[in-house]
Amino acid sequence: MKEKLVVIGNGMAPGRALERLFEKAPDRYEVTIFNAEPRVNYDRIMLSPILSGEKSFEDIVIHGDGWYVEKGVNLYKGHKVIGVDRERRTVTSEHGVTVGYDKLIIATGSLPIVIPVPGHDLAGVLTYRDLDDVNAMLLAAKSGGRAVVIGGGLLGLEAAAGLREQGMDVTVLHLMPTLMERQLDPAAGHLLQKAVEARGIRVITRANTHAIIATDGDAGPPRVKAVQLDDGTELPSDLVVMAVGIRPNAAIAKAAGLIVNRGIVVDQTMRTNDPAIFAVGECAEASGQVFGLVAPLYEMANVIAEQLSDNSTATFSPSAVATKLKVTGINLFSAGDFSDGDGREEIVLRDASRCIYKRLVINDNVLVGVVMYGETADGAWFFDLIKKRTDITELRETLIFGQSYAGGAPLDPTAAVAALPDDAEICGCNGVCKGRIVTAIQEKGLTSLDDVRAHTKASASCGTCTGVVEQLMKVTLGDAYNPAAVQPMCGCTTFGHDDVRRLIVAKSLTTIPDVMQELAWSTSGGCAKCRPALNYYLLATWPGTYKDDNQSRFINERVHANIQKDGTFSVVPRMWGGLTTAGELRAIADIVDRYDIPTVKVTGGQRIDMLGVRKEDLPRVWADLNDAGMVSGAAYAKGLRTVKTCVGKEWCRFGTQDSTALGVRIEKFMWGSWTPAKVKMAVSGCPRNCAEATCKDVGVICVDSGYEIHFAGAAGLDIKGTEVLGHVATDDEVIEVIAALVQLYREQGRYLERIYKWAKRVGLDSIRRQALDDVDARRALCERFVHSQKFAQIDPWEERAGGKDAHEFAPIAVLTELEAAE
Amino acid sequence: MSVMEKAWIDIGAISDIPAQGARLVKTARGCIAVFRTADDTVFALDDRCPHKGGPLSQGIVHGRSVTCPLHNWVISLETGAALGADEGQARTYELRVEGGRILLDGAALENLAPE
Repeated sequence: MKEKLVVIGNGMAPGRALERLFEKAPDRYEVTIFNAEPRVNYDRIMLSPILSGEKSFEDIVIHGDGWYVEKGVNLYKGHKVIGVDRERRTVTSEHGVTVGYDKLIIATGSLPIVIPVPGHDLAGVLTYRDLDDVNAMLLAAKSGGRAVVIGGGLLGLEAAAGLREQGMDVTVLHLMPTLMERQLDPAAGHLLQKAVEARGIRVITRANTHAIIATDGDAGPPRVKAVQLDDGTELPSDLVVMAVGIRPNAAIAKAAGLIVNRGIVVDQTMRTNDPAIFAVGECAEASGQVFGLVAPLYEMANVIAEQLSDNSTATFSPSAVATKLKVTGINLFSAGDFSDGDGREEIVLRDASRCIYKRLVINDNVLVGVVMYGETADGAWFFDLIKKRTDITELRETLIFGQSYAGGAPLDPTAAVAALPDDAEICGCNGVCKGRIVTAIQEKGLTSLDDVRAHTKASASCGTCTGVVEQLMKVTLGDAYNPAAVQPMCGCTTFGHDDVRRLIVAKSLTTIPDVMQELAWSTSGGCAKCRPALNYYLLATWPGTYKDDNQSRFINERVHANIQKDGTFSVVPRMWGGLTTAGELRAIADIVDRYDIPTVKVTGGQRIDMLGVRKEDLPRVWADLNDAGMVSGAAYAKGLRTVKTCVGKEWCRFGTQDSTALGVRIEKFMWGSWTPAKVKMAVSGCPRNCAEATCKDVGVICVDSGYEIHFAGAAGLDIKGTEVLGHVATDDEVIEVIAALVQLYREQGRYLERIYKWAKRVGLDSIRRQALDDVDARRALCERFVHSQKFAQIDPWEERAGGKDAHEFAPIAVLTELEAAE
Repeated sequence: MSVMEKAWIDIGAISDIPAQGARLVKTARGCIAVFRTADDTVFALDDRCPHKGGPLSQGIVHGRSVTCPLHNWVISLETGAALGADEGQARTYELRVEGGRILLDGAALENLAPE
């Protein structure tokens, strides 16, 4: 039987520990995770790029929902753990779930420190710790106004830069005389302050917050109005962000009777004083230290994975760490210990006009610390010298000019990377050295950055070493590495999807054999990946003239029903907008009886699914459904599936428009044409959104003033709320905009690429411009869609009930009694 | 009749099967999928993917292989073996084509173990 491993917390450290554990002992543990945050594991280091708008949440997810499914991990999202019973070895969540464990990992992370000044609990006072904080800040920034960030450390400055980027007027308050004093010496701190101020952010150092002042009670509930300093200065503000530090979150461990000092005390094997319980991450205290940067946390995670797979020799001992500030345009790097002291010498390079500052701290001919501002390319090399305690006597004269000068090598970044020793650390976050990356590239035949990230984790966290990893790939692969290389459609060709589409138009290719001939396919008849894609591209490019190639279609689209695991099919008739009638229901009931259909189910898209229909019965089932006025619901199609609706203002007391009728109208207008992947839509009659329109490929939310059109949502393996395309006033405009949007997707989307992935690839703005804002482009798109519909709005069931493709539904021969031919 | 002798059964014409497609032969002991490739070569295999019993006759035929519709295993029409990283074997049946007619070896069918 598998051992039970329970993990409290779902941050980066336990995520890494599990990843390594699944590599080392894939089937040994049955894993349950309790996560107080209602989401999957994401890269917390990248919250700042989200705040500044450079990345979206999807970009920073480490383990999507699919990962947990694939690994068989039971993830309780939004379950805060309220108790650990060490005697019975159980963990209980606030929602009453109790799970037993053989081994327990506590990874409760840290809590932001809130300065207990008066007014600290007012509305509008936030901390900067997780995605909820970032979302709250983004919301506050929408209305503009003034923000005060308390704390001029790494997090505070990143928050300030992000809020400024979002258009707020930002002031940073810092208690100490210079910014980031834990990572920077005063000289670099001053340079940093100048750079921060140059971005329009006001910096006040030696600022001691006295109180946060509330608005008057007359204008609604009190919220923050200003921050008052000790010297009486009042800084008006609409938003206050406290980013003064973190403290380990050890409450649950303490309540369970584990030894807690600053953090949960662990030994070198990461075990607490209860040998069945480990602690990892920011909540753990090892060798009297607590940690907040990712590199040591990942080291801890590795040790736990080793220990849990019975390698008792793995131990954790803290080493020097390096820091980078993730504010675009400010280059800053520090590592090691750079305080002044007896016997310490320093080498300083200052180039004020170029705003470059470098300081090396040396002790006994060994580099112990480095601070760099403005130019940080040599950071990895210096950090390597620190960690290896290299004797720098020989290099000393030119050490400050960096590796290329010291080593006499040419000033070429690729050569500099080539010159690094194999054990030089490339990715600080994940502790990946040069040798491991090169070996992985060579042994596994990796050719893309994504592959290298997948196999080694190098540059997969904060991403600042991406450039170095790419240079390493160039050094290792030579000309074979082409960073701009496109992913080929499949093994039959070197062309990517976009090239094939472009060439179909440019060379007027009109059949699959033409495409394969002209574009030099390497196989004679393609494969199961490229043929359906080519069939779609030709169909979308030449509506009305291209003859659909049935044999290049997946079985479901070939026979217009959905194959089930036993080889039978399921049949879903259209119910426009989810509406049905007594007559339709009666007909369905009769058909179910007549053909002995074992299962009838209501689908998520408001339709009725008849499951377990024998293939040879399909044409007769369809004929009977046709007789009752029903057509194919296309539940198998890469095309419009369903338009889900709520009852709207016809019945609902909150409805603002007739959402049901609009949904029916959209479905009748849009059904038929093939698309790159399936398309699901919904129309909700008011912002309460009962039709769940905000997780669909296309959604409409009715409001008093008209219609809000949404798109690019997802609710499958990926979950993503929609983006707002825009607002229109009339239902005619809704139809035109949706048709234009879908046509643009039909023309640009890669086969099997859902709308949300297409939108992410081509950019929301370009879609919005063509499908909404530019009225001429929008009309032209809509007209092209309407043209393709002329050849697509034919009920495939009626055709087949009438005898088309009869060979599909009957055996070629039935040999009940064997008889020999003459 | 000796079980070792071939007993050819006419199951239909090549033109009854679409190129790059398949049809079924139903027998008392299960279904046999008869495939026709783009170059009009014909193959017969058990209509059961060695992976999870998926109906191979419903897959996409490409070159001399078929991709199972359930989980995309690729099966060689010539040998019945799973290609690529997967491992498994579907049973194949001998057949002949004469004058556009497909003849299946009935003796092999008689030797099938009952389901």
